[in-house]
Amino acid sequence: MKFLPVGATALLVELDGLAAVLALHAEIGRRRAVGWAPSLVDVIPSARTILLDGVADRSAVAAEIRGWDVPAAPPTDGQVVEIPCRYTGEDLAGVAASWRVSEREAARIHAGREYRVAFCGFAPGFAYLSGLPGRYAVPRRPTPRTVVPAGSVALADIYTGVYPRSSPGGWQIIGHTDAIIWDPGKDPPALLVPGNRVRFVDVS
Amino acid sequence: MASICVERPGALTTVQDAGRPGLAHLGVPRSGALDPDAHRRANRLVGNPETAPVLETTLTGVGLRFFGQAVIAVTGAVAPVRLDGREVGWGVPVPVGSGQLLDVGRARPGVRSYLAVSGGIAVPPALGSSSTDLLSGLGPGPLVPDQILAVGEPSGRPTAAHPPPPPPASGRVELPIRLGPRDGWLTPAGRATLTGAAFTVAIASNRIGVRLQGSRVEQSSRGELPSEGLVWGAVQLLPDGNLVVFLADHPTTGGYPVIAVVDPAGFSACAQAAPGAIVRFRLAAAENI
Repeated sequence: MKFLPVGATALLVELDGLAAVLALHAEIGRRRAVGWAPSLVDVIPSARTILLDGVADRSAVAAEIRGWDVPAAPPTDGQVVEIPCRYTGEDLAGVAASWRVSEREAARIHAGREYRVAFCGFAPGFAYLSGLPGRYAVPRRPTPRTVVPAGSVALADIYTGVYPRSSPGGWQIIGHTDAIIWDPGKDPPALLVPGNRVRFVDVS
Repeated sequence: MASICVERPGALTTVQDAGRPGLAHLGVPRSGALDPDAHRRANRLVGNPETAPVLETTLTGVGLRFFGQAVIAVTGAVAPVRLDGREVGWGVPVPVGSGQLLDVGRARPGVRSYLAVSGGIAVPPALGSSSTDLLSGLGPGPLVPDQILAVGEPSGRPTAAHPPPPPPASGRVELPIRLGPRDGWLTPAGRATLTGAAFTVAIASNRIGVRLQGSRVEQSSRGELPSEGLVWGAVQLLPDGNLVVFLADHPTTGGYPVIAVVDPAGFSACAQAAPGAIVRFRLAAAENI
């Protein structure tokens, strides 16, 4: 566990991996519920870190967290969300080449497994789906696109994401879906929330 | 209760309040007025609560026809303020009569002026805020011609007790930063560029971030960084060596290294730095954990 200062009032906790993040994030949630660190504004988990924004005394908070005995987070049984996907993305050829398979086989590899929403970020409803083995990790594009259309199914590192709405983005686009990923008029507004299990259905 | 008809929406005019803090874990940006000091000051001048919704203009101001009486004040970027063509004060409360045309002109200097109306701009909140969030699409859309805006019930008395603020910096900007969390990605040369070189505000800058060009910051080859949480003011280093300073509509997480963070004292300057402005970074106090 490593603590890095972020600006004047935030603290980044760096952990060994996703399991440790889920465990510490759950612990922070339990303690906040009973009044711990009332100045905190945002707590943002990610693949390897938790960002605490709004920390009055960073040294004290870091020392406290170091002293916690954090139980491993229990596994959750989320519902399965099916996302129809046309594997016709602009970057599919490049991704398939990096996997040393045909585009058709790349689609089969991607659609042939179950994913889990690890955390949300980047934009409302943008879920980071884990499930691809490490050998299929791909880099982000060297320069982000200024516009990625809503419904773009894209890869970065080991994660799959579905752009909830048109936005700038640097992930490699492998396909497109017509599923509505984000609807502020609905409760919850996000189709993919942490804990959900997800399958992509090839409708190319 | 007054209402307003938008006669000239300007390049980009949005409703802004204090935004949506506390929802970043859902991927919801903070949003809110880019120049928080100017937002609060405008509201104080017309007797509103400091966080009341106001209009944030971009470079070319806004033209509004009032129905019903109100008191307005314009802060942030200095701009000519005219009532039926007659110049009235900037940075002070101005009574507006029913039927009058209020025009906020081109920002000179700066980018974003804040127009507060006594009672506040009344639009239905989304997730607790009336702010337009251009990244996520939450909140009302930018103003369009002939749109009617409702105004809330005034709750306080206008005051001129606050002296007009100094015009915001624009042409040459110095931003206080703290290094980290990912300054380890910088080479010694890259670190020297960050704190020594001059950068230029790119035309592609917006409420999401100020894009800087002109000096490329060298990073050591460290591979990929897993996406992690971002804060307002985060200075992100792109693979091509250019920088983005994230503002209120920033994504909640990002995958390029954040090598430094601008102190809140620099947020107003970020909001008012026009394309072409020269930006330099100055190290603020460091802190060990």
